Amino acid sequence: MRLPAGIVAALLALVLPACTGEYPQSTLHPTADFGYEIDALYQTIFWWAVGVFIVVEAALIFTVIKFRDRPDADDPKPVHGNTVLEMAWTLAPAIVLIFIAIPTIQTIMRSTGEMDEGSLEVEVIGHQWWWEYRYPSLGVVTANEMHVPQGRRVSLRMSSADVIHSFWAPKLGGKRDVMPGRTTRIAFTPDSVGTFMGQCAEFCGESHANMRLRVVVDGPADFDAWVTRQSQAAAPADSLTDLERAGLEAFLQVRQPANHSCIACHAVEGVAAGVLGPNLTHVASRQTIAAGILPMDVDGLTRWLRDPIAEKPGSLMPDIDLSDDEISALVAYLMSLR
Amino acid sequence: MATAAAAVEVPQAPSGVWSWITTTDHKRIGILYGVTAFFFFLVGGLEALIIRAQLGSPDNTLVSAETYNQLFTMHGTTMVFLAIMPLSAAFFNFIIPLQIGARDVAFPRLNAFSYWVFLLGGLFMNASFFIGAAPNGGWFGYANLTSLQYSPGLNIDFWVLGLQILGIASIAAGVNFLITLVNMRAPGMTMMRLPVFSWMALITQFLIVTAFPVITVALVFLMFDRTFGTTFFNVAAGGNVLLWQHLFWLFGHPEVYILILPPMGMVSDIIPTFSRKPLFGYAVVVYSGLLIAILGWGVWAHHMFSVGMGPIADAVFSSTTMLIAIPTGVKIFNWIATMWGGRVRLETPMLFAVGFIAMFILGGLSGVMHSSAAADLQQTDTYFVIAHIHYVLYGGAIQGIFAGIYYWWPKVTGWKLNEGLGKAHFWISLVGMNIAFFPMHAIGLLGMPRRIYTYDTALGVDQMNMVSTIGAFIVGLSALVFLVNVWYSRRTATPAGANPWGAPTLEWSMSSPPPVYNFAVLPEVNSRVPLWSGMEPMPETPPEPIHVPDGSYWPLVAALGIVILATGALLKGLFITLGGAAVLVVGIYAWAFEPFEV
Repeated sequence: MRLPAGIVAALLALVLPACTGEYPQSTLHPTADFGYEIDALYQTIFWWAVGVFIVVEAALIFTVIKFRDRPDADDPKPVHGNTVLEMAWTLAPAIVLIFIAIPTIQTIMRSTGEMDEGSLEVEVIGHQWWWEYRYPSLGVVTANEMHVPQGRRVSLRMSSADVIHSFWAPKLGGKRDVMPGRTTRIAFTPDSVGTFMGQCAEFCGESHANMRLRVVVDGPADFDAWVTRQSQAAAPADSLTDLERAGLEAFLQVRQPANHSCIACHAVEGVAAGVLGPNLTHVASRQTIAAGILPMDVDGLTRWLRDPIAEKPGSLMPDIDLSDDEISALVAYLMSLR
Repeated sequence: MATAAAAVEVPQAPSGVWSWITTTDHKRIGILYGVTAFFFFLVGGLEALIIRAQLGSPDNTLVSAETYNQLFTMHGTTMVFLAIMPLSAAFFNFIIPLQIGARDVAFPRLNAFSYWVFLLGGLFMNASFFIGAAPNGGWFGYANLTSLQYSPGLNIDFWVLGLQILGIASIAAGVNFLITLVNMRAPGMTMMRLPVFSWMALITQFLIVTAFPVITVALVFLMFDRTFGTTFFNVAAGGNVLLWQHLFWLFGHPEVYILILPPMGMVSDIIPTFSRKPLFGYAVVVYSGLLIAILGWGVWAHHMFSVGMGPIADAVFSSTTMLIAIPTGVKIFNWIATMWGGRVRLETPMLFAVGFIAMFILGGLSGVMHSSAAADLQQTDTYFVIAHIHYVLYGGAIQGIFAGIYYWWPKVTGWKLNEGLGKAHFWISLVGMNIAFFPMHAIGLLGMPRRIYTYDTALGVDQMNMVSTIGAFIVGLSALVFLVNVWYSRRTATPAGANPWGAPTLEWSMSSPPPVYNFAVLPEVNSRVPLWSGMEPMPETPPEPIHVPDGSYWPLVAALGIVILATGALLKGLFITLGGAAVLVVGIYAWAFEPFEV
């Protein structure tokens, strides 16, 4: 019964957007104004399309069946055309298109992504293959998981550090490309608390599939608490356990012969200031690591440190041949960065 | 026993491999195009099956990320440039001269040159697989991912040079067919008596010779960026990554019509034959084809709604795109009206033609959904678009081409393909494509982006992906049924005669396969449907001697020169490049001065 169930699910997903199910990246279950706008427009176009589909396919099938060759049939009259009919079936689609074009243009004008007074601005920077988020008004820098407050307008100002990416969290709204040398914008006001999944939607190289993202919509109080915690510097070294301190040392160590070190790329506030990779000051406060492909826990971190390129093909974080002891120390240190 | 006819020298088709290598006969070149393009169609299909096998389950490890990226890039590139376009070219070659009452195309050796360049260009592009460096930047090759900085291997160089080679073939063929269609029509074959396939071919050639220079320019920019360090797409040095997108889609959207107009033309010729009625609204069908081509130049940015061009540009390109639905709809209504009141015989070519209409309606409607810029922000770059293009290009273009293959097969070979196997092919293909492509609408709406080698099981689309994969393998099975049909029908072949379907157009007036000179006497055309208007059948032997073009191998030499030149550019080898240029010059020079009469 697996296969028919799949087909039925496919059909239901098309015709019954309200039917629930665990579809965390569904475009048909919006939770922000940007998403509602597009969904409403899609529903309008969808039902027009269904109507046209039924009428035209029915006309086609009816004609083929009714005029099927039969032994007693007369030879057809060589009709060459009919001006009234031609005009009718030129005008009919034109009229349907007007009913689609008007709401389309209205929606385009309403969802330009321009920044409003009082909206929270988040700077989105695309990297191969992770997301950097900066909150200029709050002094927070984080990666891959964006926290935003429920009910407040969020305005994303986006650009890329390398190639073209596309920021897409389907339940919040449409996607927008994230480009080098240009600034693009979208804006949305989330109305539900929760974690909303998304991922890069523009092919951006080897690990495009592994460039995932999350938008965590917090209640206003939770959001303020999150901001407060993210604004703090890392815990001082003397508050660390021995294992964590060993991890910090491994974190700071420069390895020969290739000059590899964690701090060349990663920042931890007050400890290191690398800019090429994700800021790790509060990495342990996130749900996932490596742009959403591994859980943020001991196991996930261990796997990632052991062989980043096996987890994320093409990853710019090299495998620097850490020993098992170094890995467990580093994992302990990273787990302390809450 | 000497007869009067024996005094007339009747040219015979030569045989042997050498005769194929030196051929300038449009019919043989058409067959070469068809066989080669069908081979590449199978290669592209195999790539699709590996892609679908990988996506059959989440977190699958059948192929690596890098291999997957090469496969989807080459699937798209192959199907567009090496399968659908040259399959149409096979029909242009074989059918156009026969439909317009000509003995050959305007420039027979240029025609051979186009074929050899296409073949060698296709082999050049696919040779990349053997050194593990197949193109991996997508068939759209967006800058700046394709820059040397982000794609340092030979992959993108293979793609750039391969497309440049194929562009030469397309433009040369385009010019040739344009001149053939304008200048070489038989007496009385006025433009408004031209069979619709030839009309759509003419429009397609206009699109080819105007659209290909645009991608040529874009590819030159990219090649210069990669080879000589220019900065067209280098943002740090003031370049602009959107320049590529505008140039690519300014080519890329007319390209869509280059792919679909020829099958629309085939269907427009097939439906009247199998309805025993002339095409309803001939002039409207022709003009709507022209209108589609003209409007096709004003819609390119609908591929770019997610880049944030601003509300005015989005609104304008939404509106122009919606306009295209009108002439497209008009064509569909005229096809249905042609069948209305006719005697519809559902033999295999007609089944595929009706299947074309039925599936193209669906692809067209999802196209209207994409035309809405705001709605498209949720659809673009997802599996919804994959569903759309496959309903248009498989349900549309490929089904139309199969309609053409079954229809003109007896003209090309002298025998029909088996009806039973043909019908099995059609139904398996139709069912398979709907199982493969319909769920993709939902997969896309539920949030799965395209061009990803792996996906999270949490998306909830595992089962639908498995269904789609099964459908893809059913489509693959249908292609096997076709090959079996060719093999079986050849074994049991019986002569089909000049006009096995009772068709009305000129190509059915001579024996099947046509003699090397096509028409024993050049026909005088006095109707849009000459064979339904009492045209005399062609005499068995020509009443006077007919000169047919000689063979020549210089077009092949010139084509080899181009590919050697490209290989030199690929390997940055100056002497190989110069050697290739020398072979090209010698080939063209010898071609220009060899004694050759047409």
